[in-house]
Amino acid sequence: MANAPLVSKELDLSHDEILRYSRHLLMPEVGLAGQRKLKASSVLVIGTGGLGSPVALYLAAAGVGHLGLVDYDRVDFTNLQRQVIHGMGTVGQRKVDSARARLLDLNPAIRVETYDEPFTSENALRLSAPYDLIIDGTDNFPTRYLVNDVCVLTHKPNVYGSIFRFEGQVSVFWADRGPCYRCLFPEPPPPGLVPSCAEGGVFGVLPGTIGTLQATEALKLLLGIGEPLIGKLLLFDALGLSFEELRLKKNPRCRICSAEPEIHELIDYEAFCGVPGHDHEDGHLAREWEVEPAALAAEMKAGKALRLLDVREPHELEISRLPDAMLIPLGSLASRLHELDSAEDMVVFCKSGTRSARALELLAGAGFRKVRNLYGGINEWARQVDPSLPRY
Amino acid sequence: MTIIRVPAPLRPYTGGSKEVEVAGETVAAALADLVKHYPDLKRHLFDDAGALRAYVNVFLNDEDVRALQGEATPLEPGDRLMIIPSIAGGAPIGQRDERREPAPSARIRPGSVPPRPA
Repeated sequence: MANAPLVSKELDLSHDEILRYSRHLLMPEVGLAGQRKLKASSVLVIGTGGLGSPVALYLAAAGVGHLGLVDYDRVDFTNLQRQVIHGMGTVGQRKVDSARARLLDLNPAIRVETYDEPFTSENALRLSAPYDLIIDGTDNFPTRYLVNDVCVLTHKPNVYGSIFRFEGQVSVFWADRGPCYRCLFPEPPPPGLVPSCAEGGVFGVLPGTIGTLQATEALKLLLGIGEPLIGKLLLFDALGLSFEELRLKKNPRCRICSAEPEIHELIDYEAFCGVPGHDHEDGHLAREWEVEPAALAAEMKAGKALRLLDVREPHELEISRLPDAMLIPLGSLASRLHELDSAEDMVVFCKSGTRSARALELLAGAGFRKVRNLYGGINEWARQVDPSLPRY
Repeated sequence: MTIIRVPAPLRPYTGGSKEVEVAGETVAAALADLVKHYPDLKRHLFDDAGALRAYVNVFLNDEDVRALQGEATPLEPGDRLMIIPSIAGGAPIGQRDERREPAPSARIRPGSVPPRPA
């Protein structure tokens, strides 16, 4: 049967648990047997951020007996716009500890294991071994390819969700029964081509929608009910409030799940994607093409002639701006180079330095030699030079 | 005419347009017409040799064109093309500074006594 339950084992429920799950027990699709299966089930949630928050909350509430949480980050104030498992009381704490406390408050009858470490090629097989299913709630390409490859190599389903601004994607990648993530995305985009959420922004409720769909798919797989999103990619657009479903096929030349795979073990995913999957604890060293805000302020005070180029979007100027800066959003820079003079000394900036680094590459490629990037962007300027500006 | 749906990450290069009407008898011709109107989009879809990049997925209605005839797939009036992006989602990479600093008010833990104003 195509959707036999992932878990066949069952565990007895206490009277308290029977009462707690009564709304499940009333439905024959779940029933006592299904609830006992959920109690015997285990799910590993990679990331306890925007997607991991609703995933973990709903799986805990539904009575999945054993949850694992992997995250090496700490709760930050700016997370609270969407990461609803955390709160003001846990800002600064380890995310896995904050999440575990919330989950056990919601349902003390479950077991929550925490892994306060990055998910890497070295630990992935060990960490995932005890779990029936893995949920990809990560935020970067190296970890997404790693989660996929772990699932393919260990024959586990990967419940995938991804978000950008107002749009999201959901699928179940399970190589034993359909395509995997690599079948759809054989290669990651080169670094810098796709803006991150910190640069592009994300609608706070969007990970709630997408994460809740991931939790839905996980519960269906564990119970063996309904039609799972295997071989289908669900696209969600919050602004149009529309869902579209695309059909996915197994790629006969997939490097990991085809009949003749090239990949037989976990690889170096940071090298494969050309970007770090995790923050590395290197101190910042100002490079020759970068200028620290304090140093720039000193140059300006000394009267040095400089062109300030702001590559943010126009609506960001309402939040903060530097006087006399010229605005050319990164997306239109390539077609507006003629407005700039390569003989001028130029400093490019954005919110935090990522988009401006891309602008710098583009300018350097077009022959501009006297361009520097403002390290940390206007947010760092606000910190070092002008605290009257808000950071965002 | 064919409608091409442009995903959010590529909309900065289409002046914000979500759907673009293009001409062309095949997928390749429709994409060529798209980048003719939006030249900034070209390097995001095609490599230097002019081949569609491996991480760019193009769906005709609900089918991956790789499972049809690839870029040579013919188009019928009313067909809809979608570019499906690879999105990583979530938080940024390498923006440690602004991610690490808790808000001042968050440093007061529940149960602790807030400092009195002087």
